[in-house]
Amino acid sequence: MKLFDFIQPATIDEALSAWRPGAAWLGGGTNLVDLMKTGAMQPDAVIDITRLPGLDRIETLPDGSTRIGALVRNATLAHDRDFAAAYPMVAEALLSGASGQLRNVATVAGNLLQKTRCPFFQEPAALCNRRDPGAGCDAMAAPGNSAILGWSDACIATNPSDFTVPLVALEAVAEVRGPQGMREIAVADLQPLPGSTPERDTALEPGELILALRLPARARSFAAHARYLKVRERTSFAFALASAAAALRIEGGLIAEARLALGAVAAKPWRLAEAEAMMTGKAPDAALFAEVAEAVLAMANSPDGQKWKIDLARNTAARALSMAAAGTPARIPALPASPFGTRIEDPQHV
Amino acid sequence: MSLSLSLTINGAARDIPLDDPRVTLLDLLRERLALPGTKKGCDRGQCGACTVLIDGHRVNACLTLAATLDGAKITTIEGLADGESLHPVQSAFIEHDGFQCGYCTPGQIMSAVGLIAEGQAGDDPERIREGMSGNICRCSAYHGITLAVQDATRRMATAEKDDAA
Repeated sequence: MKLFDFIQPATIDEALSAWRPGAAWLGGGTNLVDLMKTGAMQPDAVIDITRLPGLDRIETLPDGSTRIGALVRNATLAHDRDFAAAYPMVAEALLSGASGQLRNVATVAGNLLQKTRCPFFQEPAALCNRRDPGAGCDAMAAPGNSAILGWSDACIATNPSDFTVPLVALEAVAEVRGPQGMREIAVADLQPLPGSTPERDTALEPGELILALRLPARARSFAAHARYLKVRERTSFAFALASAAAALRIEGGLIAEARLALGAVAAKPWRLAEAEAMMTGKAPDAALFAEVAEAVLAMANSPDGQKWKIDLARNTAARALSMAAAGTPARIPALPASPFGTRIEDPQHV
Repeated sequence: MSLSLSLTINGAARDIPLDDPRVTLLDLLRERLALPGTKKGCDRGQCGACTVLIDGHRVNACLTLAATLDGAKITTIEGLADGESLHPVQSAFIEHDGFQCGYCTPGQIMSAVGLIAEGQAGDDPERIREGMSGNICRCSAYHGITLAVQDATRRMATAEKDDAA
């Protein structure tokens, strides 16, 4: 690991003025420290923000929205009873990611800013445009679990976060502070598509810091019918091959409003307003959900022409919608977001 | 660069000079504080062999920079037993054959202690398996590990009830 200056600011102001080009913010460190060990990231300075005051609270604001401090740990948020009741698919997504140890440490803002798990990004000896602009892309010759939407000739990496997927479906925003002051960024806009500049993997400007995430009050209206489904190579402690956050507001047996975002298919969670609109006013039904899934994946293609991931993502989307229609379980299933399980509280298990 | 840390490790307060911010908690324990019970497996947060408790929460010591921990309370496998009397999770691992070669065992046990304290899994074997998925056992002693965690959970709940009565 390259030597770095270690800076421990006591206040947000101190943190912002300590930032300089080549510095990295250190939250839980579960991703950054790992990448510093492999050499994929080599910051000159590490600014430990974990002691900044006031960023570890979960608050309900007067308008009914929920504000989550940037330093709230993944496990803390997922196990917060009020939060999980209001936004069950967010809690389920959090619990489907990583391990108990990692969730105890990883922060919510760090989760949003984690790097791709493309193996060629993580391995400094490999060519990667995202890590080393203009170097080339070794992943293109062996795409594996690559993007099937929104990728470019420069980069086919996916965003690995589970948490981000339901946040995008629920239109969460990030409160950001930087040298120019405060601003808000929709979580949906936080990760740009690669285009010709895959090294720009966040919409944050240099020196900007996420202070909090906010879920709008309207997002609560989906609580009765909201699921996250994640298909992976093993049932626990693995990144998604395809995932989907599905939420329905059902009134009088008809879908009043629907949300659907897919994970692991692009450099950002994939949401298509037209596909959601197809469900408005209709009865929840497997045939409808299959049509919607077809529409979301209509533009998909994989860099190597393989169809498996497109099929998997389509089936995952349709099944997540069916699971949401069946109703949010009273308790998060023993195997969160898994298509498997023997628990009676998982109504989808056959 | 000179950093100084105050840590409470297994109940004992220690002032620790640190000359390098790259030192992880895992390397601090093993290489500098003569506490080699915490194991280094992958060193990347994937295997769980380095699991310790920080302020009561189970974490991967390999991904935690020691410099960030000033003021923290650390519990390692060396701090679990009360003299000659084993912690209930340690006893349960022995009784249920929760290991074979033993290398992952300190991490398994610390993770189990953390999991039981979190209180989310109870004695449901499926929730225990899910909750323990951050600890890899290459000998594949998972069946015994699950039984051990289940048994220890029940015993600790009973002991708590007895204490309350």
